Amino acid sequence: MDFKEKIFQSITYIASICTIVFLFGIILSLFFEGLPVLNFTSIKDFLFSKDWYPTMFPPKFGILSLIAGSFVVTLGALVISIPLGLGAAIYISEIANKRVKEILKPLIELLAGIPSVVYGLFGMAFLSPFLIKVFQVPIGLNAFNASIILGIMVVPIISSMSEDALSTVPNSLREASLALGANKWETIMKVVLPAAKSGVISSIILGFGRAIGETMVVLMVAGGAAQIPDSIFDPVRPMPATVAAEMGETAIGTPHFHALFGIAIILFIITFISILIIEFVVMRRKK
Amino acid sequence: MTNIRKLKSSIGINLLRLFILLTVFFLFLFLYVIFAKGGSVVSWEFLTESPKRFMTEGGIYPAIVGTFWLTVLSIGFALPLGIFTAIFMTSYAKPYWLVRIVRVAINTLAGVPSIIYGLFGLTVFVRLFNFGVSLLSGALTLGVLALPVIINASEEAIRSVPGDFRDASLALGATKRQTILRVILPTALPNILTGAIISIGRVAGETAPIMFTAATFYTRLLPKSAMDEVMALPYHIYALMTEGAHPAKQVPMAYGTAVVLLALVLLVSTVAIVIRYRIRKKRKW
Repeated sequence: MDFKEKIFQSITYIASICTIVFLFGIILSLFFEGLPVLNFTSIKDFLFSKDWYPTMFPPKFGILSLIAGSFVVTLGALVISIPLGLGAAIYISEIANKRVKEILKPLIELLAGIPSVVYGLFGMAFLSPFLIKVFQVPIGLNAFNASIILGIMVVPIISSMSEDALSTVPNSLREASLALGANKWETIMKVVLPAAKSGVISSIILGFGRAIGETMVVLMVAGGAAQIPDSIFDPVRPMPATVAAEMGETAIGTPHFHALFGIAIILFIITFISILIIEFVVMRRKK
Repeated sequence: MTNIRKLKSSIGINLLRLFILLTVFFLFLFLYVIFAKGGSVVSWEFLTESPKRFMTEGGIYPAIVGTFWLTVLSIGFALPLGIFTAIFMTSYAKPYWLVRIVRVAINTLAGVPSIIYGLFGLTVFVRLFNFGVSLLSGALTLGVLALPVIINASEEAIRSVPGDFRDASLALGATKRQTILRVILPTALPNILTGAIISIGRVAGETAPIMFTAATFYTRLLPKSAMDEVMALPYHIYALMTEGAHPAKQVPMAYGTAVVLLALVLLVSTVAIVIRYRIRKKRKW
């Protein structure tokens, strides 16, 4: 083979290997800086203690409240985004005519393009006072507020991926169902949705991963209290918010610094598992 | 019986309508609030002056400049890497195990939370490579974050080039490299650029990855070199909302900054949509 050909091919190899290097760089830096937290606390206390007092003396590094905070806002977000996102996908793919479709699709894409910090601003400066007025709660920056904003952010993810899945369902299935006397709604619920099941589930898992990792919104609107919430109107301190808020204020190499990287390891593992599940679901569909 | 079925069907379909109306309503409410509260703040002075008196007066010019350089440098770093990776995935794609691993790496990178990119940038670029908190560290961090988006867009663009083009070029005696560089890439380029533009919108709006790698709360100076700290629009919004002692003056400025950032992101994505539309119209295969 020509020399130039070899060089060119090698460049494409090196570029591809860079992606693997970056991924390993991320994993290594998390574990290198995060694992030392186990010198200061046991893995059991780290994961299952509610006490997050990183600046007290002696400090306590239990992240259960932070994990709880993350899951509360993420599940809250999914409660909002699954009906809205899936509803939008079904409407666009099955019901809307071409013109409506061409208006709705970019509108929903627009939601995906809005920077998260602007969503955070909206939650802080507009939604929070609104919630205080409407629900008569003392604090507007709480798990409920964060769930609403995160929920809206996840809508375009669920809707675009579900819509892709719905549009790959062959028309012959719909026609067969309609020919057998089923109406539009029955066809959607009993034929089209089940046929697109794996794509829809993947979209929800992807939305979960996006919501649990989203930082700016929970940093700005979740309230910041490291506690296991009694109600949805309690302020919480999800994992990404803790890392973002405290990293700037802690000195490099302190136990607190390592604990924040430890939180990031947990966050990474959760998102990585959700990615693996999607791969698995998608793989199964392809078979 | 048929009536109940009809009723169910119409309830179901109207429920879907309600859901989509809710989403669209939220979008318009959101845009209305941001533009109504921030629109009046934006003026020529706001765009061209430095912040004054601890960000309670003055403008956001350094943040605009900072976001510009962060975006340009990060895309400049990620675009060539992304295109070459896409060429590997589409045209060479051997050995198979490497393709599988690269695919998993891309998908994982695409799903990693942005705050983790921030920690990665802090550990590797700021500390290990000793670039410090700087424009360079932030741009590299954002570049890694944009990489999966660019790779996926480029791959899709290259795959949409008809196989006949490749076959015709090879049949004429062109080598694989010549075919890729002179036939496939030029044909795929507009679509690749669309993907790159979309990732510009993403990169310009990210806050968490630059918090510990590039951004500074307050400076009146513009960056002189890639090793300087910079202000950035998204971080500026966050800082105005959470730091400082004059919320009554800072919140309107945050809205104003949000208008500028949103306008920028929307403008960029509109450009991408227009380009995509024109390519599809012009395409003859």
